[in-house]
Amino acid sequence: MKTIRVGSGAGYSGDRIEPAVELAEKGGLDYLVFECLAERTIALAQQVKIKDPDAGYDPLLAARMRAVLAVCAKNKVKIVTNMGAANPAAAAEATRAIAGELGLKGLKVAAVTGDDVFAFLHDHDVALDNGKTIAALGNSVISANAYIGVAPIVEALKSGADVVITGRAADPAIFMAPLIVEFGWALDNWTMLGRGVLVGHLLECAGQVTGGYFADPGLKDVVDLARLGFPIGEVSEDGEFVVTKVAGSGGTVTARTVKEQLLYEIHDPKAYLQPDVIADFSEVRVEEIGPDRVRVNGGKGAPKTGLLKTSVGYVDSYVGEGQISYAGPNAIARGRLALEIVRERLALTGVRTTETRFDLIGVDSLHGEARTRDGDPYEVRLRVVGRTDSLAEARRIGEEVETLYTNGPAAGGGAWKSARQVVAVASALISETAVRTAVTMVEA
Amino acid sequence: MRLREIAHSRTGDKGNISNISVIAFEPKGYPLLIERVTAERVAAHFAAIATGPVRRYELPNVGALNFVIEGALGGGVTRALTLDAHGKSLSSLMLDLEI
Repeated sequence: MKTIRVGSGAGYSGDRIEPAVELAEKGGLDYLVFECLAERTIALAQQVKIKDPDAGYDPLLAARMRAVLAVCAKNKVKIVTNMGAANPAAAAEATRAIAGELGLKGLKVAAVTGDDVFAFLHDHDVALDNGKTIAALGNSVISANAYIGVAPIVEALKSGADVVITGRAADPAIFMAPLIVEFGWALDNWTMLGRGVLVGHLLECAGQVTGGYFADPGLKDVVDLARLGFPIGEVSEDGEFVVTKVAGSGGTVTARTVKEQLLYEIHDPKAYLQPDVIADFSEVRVEEIGPDRVRVNGGKGAPKTGLLKTSVGYVDSYVGEGQISYAGPNAIARGRLALEIVRERLALTGVRTTETRFDLIGVDSLHGEARTRDGDPYEVRLRVVGRTDSLAEARRIGEEVETLYTNGPAAGGGAWKSARQVVAVASALISETAVRTAVTMVEA
Repeated sequence: MRLREIAHSRTGDKGNISNISVIAFEPKGYPLLIERVTAERVAAHFAAIATGPVRRYELPNVGALNFVIEGALGGGVTRALTLDAHGKSLSSLMLDLEI
């Protein structure tokens, strides 16, 4: 039975670069896929693109392409990535230019566009999952991008692209498209598409399935996380696959690491809604068949909904924050006194906030006071954060923490402050018929 | 006994909803998870930080439960004021559950 090898070169925008190079060199790959778009990334990239029409794609695209393009060309490994963010065409052009510099004449780079549905949503007011509507958000809306499926990526690969760059696409889709090209799965073969989504889902966070984000010393030990190897999916024509990694790389692939990733960001395991299929992970089985080799089977699928999730980015508010540390005897009491002083100062000076938090890091900042253990920590860090309607107002919060230096309890140190605009993301569902994708190709 | 002794866990986020897996280290631990780690107990354990409701899904083939906890992320990952806006650390809170 035909098998292809798909590597995962990045699990998020800022991920390590050398593991992808290791995969390209030693992974025996057919495809190398980079998943680099978080929920809010495109909205932030759109703000960049408004200032510079040639920007708005992943800031690490050039570094990643310089690191892997030549070795991928030599080993005949095709690349698929969503690093196009808000500007896939400019990302493709930048990649073409790098290929040219590297002497990779003839390398074909495809840009997939059409996920940007800003204009459509402007004309068709829709409800958002935060209870608001597009119309109510008005001019604060920055971006609207639909999670597109495999079709245009398949088209680009079939047209001979060596590199395919998308904007917003469903994360599993950028892994599943190569499988459809290689195995000829029909786009209504729901079982195969369900299995393809499962492949993509387990690979898309890169090191999170090879022992990253897993270790708990003494209970769940993982070797050599500083040299963590990224995953390879060895996928068979029937959609069953083995998760593995390059021999000698750091980390580990076990039934446990695979199970943790299987349920990562899943709600109902019977219904993982994707643009191409409703994937069903409820009867998946995992089995260790060798060192760092885990076989996965049992994925299923049901017909797609015909709706696409769409992320809408908008300017929500401003947030100001300040922090300062206290240590030694009575540190918690001084921290609590400091919190009360800042609370009173914000009121006295009329700082208008719509939401605030007063935390002691080391005591109650993550899960509340109820979880606090007996025995005081040696040091605590105060954190005050508040939401405002303006940046100027947001700055006042950090300033009131900083003035604890000379006006607050004894021996506060390491004050820090920040103020920033908050770009938030809400979701909507739109009909897939509203989205028109396109593929454009450039050649080095 | 704390849950940490028989199970491991990972947290994922979508909007204002956290999902937290609870996976038995050994197959024999799964029935105990089914019996002791109920949606009601988890809702009570997370009451200080989540509005709920809590839904539980069972995956017997991999010996795991998946909890979907609504209102757990301070209004949503992209706007929450919380230090851990994604709720990544919530799996550790789950494993602290006394069973």
